[in-house]
Amino acid sequence: MLSTNVLLVDDEVPFVDTMTKRLTKRNLTILTAYSGAEALDVLRKKQVDVVILDVKMPGMDGIETLREIKKEFPLVEVIMLTGHATIETGIEGMKLGAFDYLMKPCDIEVLLAKVQEAKGKKSAHEEKITQARIHEIALRRGD
Amino acid sequence: MEDRRYYQALTRKMAMIMILVSFAPLLLISVIIGHRFETSYREKVLAHLVELVQKHQQNINIFLSEKLSFIQALANTFTYQELSREVFLTQKLKALQKAYGGIFVDLGVVVEDGIQTAYAGALKLEKADYSEADWFRKAITRDFFISDVFLGLRRQPHFIVAVKREEDGRVWLLRATIDFEAFNSLVESIRIGETGSAFIINREGEFQTRPLIAPVLGEELLRQILVRAREDGSGEGQAHPLIEKMGMGMLRVEGLGHDAAIGEVMLAGRDFLYVTTPLKSGEWILIFQQDESDAFRNLYQTRVLALFIILMGGIGIVVVAFVLASRMSRHVEEADREQEMMNEQVIEAGKLASVGELAAGIAHEINNPIAIMVEEAGWIGDLLHEEDFQDSENLAEFKRALDQIRVQGERCKEITHKLLSFARRTDPRVREVQMNDLIQEIVGVTEQRSRFSNVKINLDLDPSLPAVAASPSEMQQVLLNLINNAIDAIGTGGGEVSITSRVDGEKVVIDVQDTGHGIPKAILPRIFDPFFTTKPVGKGTGLGLSICYGIVKKLGGEITVNSAVGLGTSFHIHLPIHGR
Repeated sequence: MLSTNVLLVDDEVPFVDTMTKRLTKRNLTILTAYSGAEALDVLRKKQVDVVILDVKMPGMDGIETLREIKKEFPLVEVIMLTGHATIETGIEGMKLGAFDYLMKPCDIEVLLAKVQEAKGKKSAHEEKITQARIHEIALRRGD
Repeated sequence: MEDRRYYQALTRKMAMIMILVSFAPLLLISVIIGHRFETSYREKVLAHLVELVQKHQQNINIFLSEKLSFIQALANTFTYQELSREVFLTQKLKALQKAYGGIFVDLGVVVEDGIQTAYAGALKLEKADYSEADWFRKAITRDFFISDVFLGLRRQPHFIVAVKREEDGRVWLLRATIDFEAFNSLVESIRIGETGSAFIINREGEFQTRPLIAPVLGEELLRQILVRAREDGSGEGQAHPLIEKMGMGMLRVEGLGHDAAIGEVMLAGRDFLYVTTPLKSGEWILIFQQDESDAFRNLYQTRVLALFIILMGGIGIVVVAFVLASRMSRHVEEADREQEMMNEQVIEAGKLASVGELAAGIAHEINNPIAIMVEEAGWIGDLLHEEDFQDSENLAEFKRALDQIRVQGERCKEITHKLLSFARRTDPRVREVQMNDLIQEIVGVTEQRSRFSNVKINLDLDPSLPAVAASPSEMQQVLLNLINNAIDAIGTGGGEVSITSRVDGEKVVIDVQDTGHGIPKAILPRIFDPFFTTKPVGKGTGLGLSICYGIVKKLGGEITVNSAVGLGTSFHIHLPIHGR
């Protein structure tokens, strides 16, 4: 199985650093970004499966970033991390196409499980797309 | 307990004041008037006795002098020769007896050597020899003489009135015998009450009349007293030597001058009144005696009656004072409790709002550092799994410490999340809400918990309750907080939570009332403050009520509370009716 590429987006540098270490240790490939704009840059350059996105950031905030990500990279799954206990923001995020939301501080194992789930969902999506393409090619060849 | 003692002390104090105020004038009046009355009554009784005795003294003196003057008249008017004629003498006796009844028993003429030469009367005493008789010896030496009572030759109590005449060198006496009974009746008529009676004694203490009631003092004692009264004028307050010797009580004698005295004698536990007065130029003494209890019967009866009235009145006052006082203090107690319950706490909105915002800001800022700390701790935990550390003897300690950091991080998270929800609502969209449905829903949710705590939840919902404009999820939170608080207040002992809904003017009112331990007055104004909690550390965040407050206030409503320690607490939510 291919390693999962995860992009971690948060303005809190120490948080990002520690999470990177912990998740790397759990066999994930971690990319980091410290703002929404930076995250989009990384997405454009690198192959990313799952984005872990903090909702509250200075400048471009989590919801806005999510919107952009979904516009440019619809297949990338996003897990929202929120400091707010507000279901409201979580629900808003889900409506915009986020995979799930977690509250900070969150249990590393829970997060890991969510990431795996998201990765699975993305893989399934990609599989379907691949299948569709194969089918298309097959149809084309069979003319 | 403290309260109970306070109200008991209040009752006692009020009762004491009432008793004091009622008793003081009662006792003062009783003592003063009682004393005055007793003094004047005694004086009056004694004065009356003295007057009575003096009147009889006069009567007796008049009686005696009258009898004497008859005899004197006879002796002076007629000569010895005339009177020596028995026929003449008998005629005179008859005339006297006719005029004065049987007072004059006989008449006789006695010559110098004591021989009765003439006699008129029933006893045939002619030629009787009186030369040895006591009365004769005294009579022969003076102009006239009234003897003491004696039995004489005829063995009958009588006394003799004699007048001496000297005629042509011859000395003779005209004597008359006075009937004792007639004289006795004069004295016997002095009767007062049951024990008041009089008698006459002579200087030697011999009775001159028959006392109807045995005299208390012996003859000798009486004589001594009289001598003493005569000598001292007043023997007041001194124990008489004789009385002392006889083991008797005190004697109080007031001399009234010349053998007249008034006194009190106490003998064998009884008090007697004595009034004495001289008769027959001091040869006889008229003595009146009466039991003091008899003489002052009215006084003593009045005194007993007064004491009875005071006693009964006193009991009445004490009973009424205590009943009234305890009733009054019960009223005060009730009023105090009502006052406490009425003391609705309206919270300063501005202060609370700013504190809430500040808290939310802090919570948000703290959340990130906490997340980092928890992650760092998690990282250390990850590293501990590596082999280098497996042999470390403190491995278990490290793990425990890291675990603790994680647990405390969770706790912080919980607090900050609650704080944040205080500032930003879950689903703040306001719509038409039927509070009754919401209440029933929340009661259903809390049923498990209330049953566990042995709490009975009573609902009294107004079926025609209009809808209010509110966010359902927020109102759920408010109700849940209040009901949970109510159950917590009741504790494990069991109790009741009553939830009512009603319309009050333009508002819908929800009351959540519990029978719990109540909120002490001192902390009542602070209960809506964020972070204010009475629960032990880690058990409560102190945000529940401030969240409720924030929600209700935002909806244009109001939340108030009244509470009394030991009775319970009730919260009232006032919400504006939808569409008004």
